[in-house]
Amino acid sequence: MKKKFALALAAFMMMGTMAACGSTNTNENAGSAAGGTSVTSETPNVDAIKEKGEIVMLTNAAFPPFEYQADDGSIQGVDVDIAQAVADKLGVKLKIVDMDFNSVTNSLKAGKGDFAAAGMTITEERLKQVDFSDEYVTSSQMVVVRADSDLSGDKAALDAALSGKNIAVQEGTTGDLYASGDKENTDSTIENANVLQYKSATEAGLHLANGKADAIIIDQKPAEAIVAANDGKLKMLDTKLTDEQYAFAVQKGQDDLRAVINEVITEYKGDKVDELITKHMGA
Amino acid sequence: MNEWFSKMVSDFSGAFIEGDRWKLYFQGLGKTLQIAAGAVILGIIIGIVIAIIKVSAQQHSNSGKCPAILKILEIICNIYLTVIRGTPVMVQLLIIYAGIFVTMTDGTIAAIVGFGINSGAYVAEIIRAGIQSIDKGQTEAGRSLGLTSGQTMRLIVLPQAIRNILPALFNEFITLLKETSVAGYVAVRDILKMATNIQNMVYNIAPLMITAVFYLVLVIIMTQIQKQIERRLAQSDRR
Repeated sequence: MKKKFALALAAFMMMGTMAACGSTNTNENAGSAAGGTSVTSETPNVDAIKEKGEIVMLTNAAFPPFEYQADDGSIQGVDVDIAQAVADKLGVKLKIVDMDFNSVTNSLKAGKGDFAAAGMTITEERLKQVDFSDEYVTSSQMVVVRADSDLSGDKAALDAALSGKNIAVQEGTTGDLYASGDKENTDSTIENANVLQYKSATEAGLHLANGKADAIIIDQKPAEAIVAANDGKLKMLDTKLTDEQYAFAVQKGQDDLRAVINEVITEYKGDKVDELITKHMGA
Repeated sequence: MNEWFSKMVSDFSGAFIEGDRWKLYFQGLGKTLQIAAGAVILGIIIGIVIAIIKVSAQQHSNSGKCPAILKILEIICNIYLTVIRGTPVMVQLLIIYAGIFVTMTDGTIAAIVGFGINSGAYVAEIIRAGIQSIDKGQTEAGRSLGLTSGQTMRLIVLPQAIRNILPALFNEFITLLKETSVAGYVAVRDILKMATNIQNMVYNIAPLMITAVFYLVLVIIMTQIQKQIERRLAQSDRR
């Protein structure tokens, strides 16, 4: 009798496991179903968010001053402040999810969040996966080197000098693409560099300072933050390798949500964003 | 030397005391323990079920008559063991987070399920090996005294098997606890994730050293618990 019970239990457990695998599809549909419940509405995605009472922001809190973890464990930064304004506009709570920068775009696409705000540059590749809002910050990829380095020159000279060197980057960023000599998304002419992909700008700074890397290619603001944090050991070169725009990303086709974000961004763009950057650089 | 020492002290106080950052480690530790405990429980349940299926399937086929359903279950179990033990836990975790819990943002559940399923495979083998390590004569003696096969298993084989299983089982739990440090990959703010975030503020390796100490203390505590249990179980030993 006991044995039969054990067998039944075992069978039940197995079925549970199978069901978990089988539910992949239903889960996948849930995201789009939420958007599709009120097809008649002009703003189905915004309605869904209001109904939930919270909007989920995906980010990677390793990119000061745009997003970083504060001493109390909360995520702070320029992007967070703007996102909070979006949430306030909708009258919902803001929930922030901190993940690898690499998985931000994919997770947004899969519906793990409503939008991504991670100092993301608009690139061709990302445009295939998600839609971008208007840009709110113009940035450039900069080169950071040790203070005693004599590296200098214009973009072409730097590209040539960095070819074949050890370049530290934050994984998945434009700097990563640039250092790898990606021709599709950047106009880099770097050849055969040994690209060291770290999880955060900080790690890249640490390993440049201790000699593992010859240079870092990274966005301007994090570059300034790294230099400031390594008191005098590192310096940033003046040459801008790229000109690029940061924007928030939403799932493809969610134009109503994008419109709300754009309204907020229009309001913030320029002086207000600069103020926020100054505020968070000091932190 | 002196300079080095004062730098160490300032690094560590910056990474632990300043701004009450120690609270962040404990927040992360809570998450780590939550995942580890959930995974251990799930792992034990899966492990016991599979061990029972495998042991009873073997007993039945030894005696020549094995019901079809048991045969099928055993095959499923074997596939499970092969797949889970044959792929890295990190890959399993990423697949579960991105492929099964597709729209679930918080990775905690994915991590518990992922580590639980992974651990279950190892626990199953540990328990099966433990049961089969008990001499066949014990079962035969129990049966000839008139006990049913269930009673024999419960009263004679399992109590002896548990003592053999324990060291390997605790080994598995310790490994599992340490493995949960990769949970940061699925948006879980475990202790290592917290430490790397603190690293983004202090720019040195002190947060990682502190995390290492946290893990070390946890494992030492687990080892002590294991010793206590083993001592209790050995009380009636005549060795």
